[in-house]
Amino acid sequence: MIEFFIPLADWINVIFEVVNYHISPAMRSFSSFLEILIKQFEMTLLWPPESVIIIIVGLIIWRLAGIRLAIFAVLGLLTTFGMGIWKETMSTIALAVSGTIMSLIFGVPLGIIASQSDRAEKILRPILDFMQTLPSFVYLIPAVMFFGMGKVAALAATMIFAMPPAVRLTNLGIREVSREMVEAARAFGSSRGQTLIDVQLPLALPTIMAGVNQCIMMSLAMTVIASMIGAGGLGLVVLRSMQTLDIGMGTVGGLGIVILAVILDRLTENIAKNQEVRKSLNN
Amino acid sequence: MNIIEVQGLYKIFGKQPDKALELLKKGYTKNQIMEKIGHTIAVDNVSFTVQPGESFVVMGLSGSGKSTLIRCLNRLIEPTSGSIVVDGKDVSSMSLNDLQVFRREKISMVFQSFAVFPHKTVLENAAYGLKIRGLSATERGQKAKNALDLVGLKGWEESYPAQLSGGMQQRVGLARALATESEILLMDEAFSALDPLIRKEMQDELLDLQNKMNRTIVFITHDLDEALKLGDRIALMKDGSIVQVGTPEEILMSPATNYVEKFVENVDRSRVLTAEMVMKKPNVVVRFPKDGPRVALHSMEEHGISSVFAVDKERRLQGIVMAEDALEAVESKQKDLETILRRDVHTVLPDTPLKDLFALLTGKSTPLAVVSEERKLLGIIVRGSVMAKLAERGTVND
Repeated sequence: MIEFFIPLADWINVIFEVVNYHISPAMRSFSSFLEILIKQFEMTLLWPPESVIIIIVGLIIWRLAGIRLAIFAVLGLLTTFGMGIWKETMSTIALAVSGTIMSLIFGVPLGIIASQSDRAEKILRPILDFMQTLPSFVYLIPAVMFFGMGKVAALAATMIFAMPPAVRLTNLGIREVSREMVEAARAFGSSRGQTLIDVQLPLALPTIMAGVNQCIMMSLAMTVIASMIGAGGLGLVVLRSMQTLDIGMGTVGGLGIVILAVILDRLTENIAKNQEVRKSLNN
Repeated sequence: MNIIEVQGLYKIFGKQPDKALELLKKGYTKNQIMEKIGHTIAVDNVSFTVQPGESFVVMGLSGSGKSTLIRCLNRLIEPTSGSIVVDGKDVSSMSLNDLQVFRREKISMVFQSFAVFPHKTVLENAAYGLKIRGLSATERGQKAKNALDLVGLKGWEESYPAQLSGGMQQRVGLARALATESEILLMDEAFSALDPLIRKEMQDELLDLQNKMNRTIVFITHDLDEALKLGDRIALMKDGSIVQVGTPEEILMSPATNYVEKFVENVDRSRVLTAEMVMKKPNVVVRFPKDGPRVALHSMEEHGISSVFAVDKERRLQGIVMAEDALEAVESKQKDLETILRRDVHTVLPDTPLKDLFALLTGKSTPLAVVSEERKLLGIIVRGSVMAKLAERGTVND
């Protein structure tokens, strides 16, 4: 009989212990900085009366995506207010938006790097596959180990989950720009940077926006799971109702998430579309 | 001095181009190399020179390596071996920075698929090369506007390419290349994607522009008619090598190989040959007003012809004298040609294409006079010699 056993679990644990021991102090200060940012964002959303927020959101969406989505957003936000989950909704928005912004801050540049070098793409691809297919519960644990329970750990988990589509679609969008466009830019003496800024990024924008849209959706999905490590918000409402088998409350929390998802999805979609239209029409 | 000098240029696509090059120099054929190590020889030992202000056409079928060749000139494709010297500078060994400066200032390009930027306005497109060169917004706007005027796109500055037809989009592409005022213009099948009418229009306009600006043009095409029309000289490419370089006439009249001959045999020669090429030297003329009818009659009799052109001291054409008129004048004892000289002679310029001569020759017994712009008599054309010239090459083919 052959004895064959790979103690992967032990190895990982040892590695994390060592890493955690050495970088923990640095992580803590970074973590508290992020925590302040998210809390500030959340407090800003909660500070004015609900009606003011609803009106401001309505107006912004009207400007960006038209009257129909604005009406839907106002009604949707009123519903969350009516159901008594306003505070949780704002908290979820704060976390999802911060998660998206952080994902994009790292994801888009990574996507650009991947698009410029085949080697970078080769290295990044398995990492992204890993990030996307690993069950999200698994990286809740290291997130907590590094950052402690709370919103920052939730943010880190969200970033791991939501960043891959931003990287992938940025890379894809830039690579999809036709060879002739890039050739034309180069033929007139553009440097790599000029080609990227003047030609590749603007032409890749619709695809990049699709990545942004994906990124938002995944951030939102992750905030529910991350409620288990202290993310709070609507996810917590759902989690609690699961623990107490309160179907009614679970539905309320779920509906709040759906409303947010629809608003954010349509909003980014419309922004992307408007850019397209501007391109093909005369101003 | 040559503005472009290409010497022994090779481009091999594959992972070990040097190995393929070695095999090629040992005498292996392209097919053998393809079989052995799977490399494609796109450009095979090409050498040519282009003079400043010349329109140099590289012509060949698809897969002949012509698009690869033109991209080697500005190193959009890195040549495998060989030297490319433009305006005294060795392009093949330039650093990336020098190369970018070279592309900004010396050479510009027009593409088969237009490659205009859809997210930029027509004006921004035309100004692109100038923007990359670092010109201020107002300066480049002015130059781009001028270039757009040249190609007939005045008033479209603020439009986006999507609103323009194919022909107009290619005008934007052309304006973008003209705006930089670079000496060399590379045109890669620039008109091939346009429909025939628009293509002809663009060819004519390019010739017009070329008359005004006198740039050096390297034009790639698979269309022989286009090559003959636009090229001062034509290089015919086959399987990556240049088979023949020459003026349109040279290519047509003395094809270097069977391949070239096959290529040119379907060309409508009457559109390419010119009056100059079929005219005969005017050996017999009478001087007007010095000579009289008797002299005229005598030289006609001597040469067995029925009419003779009359020229003045500077060989300027004055008219034609018919044999029967001269005879009559001699019998009625007239002293000069004044009364019998017919001044309504049909004249053509030396570069008039043959096809335009047919109408003038039909139903006329008198020959055509070929005259210079100062009306100096250069030659005469009779119907027989036109037909003979057209038939000449036909017999070679048979």
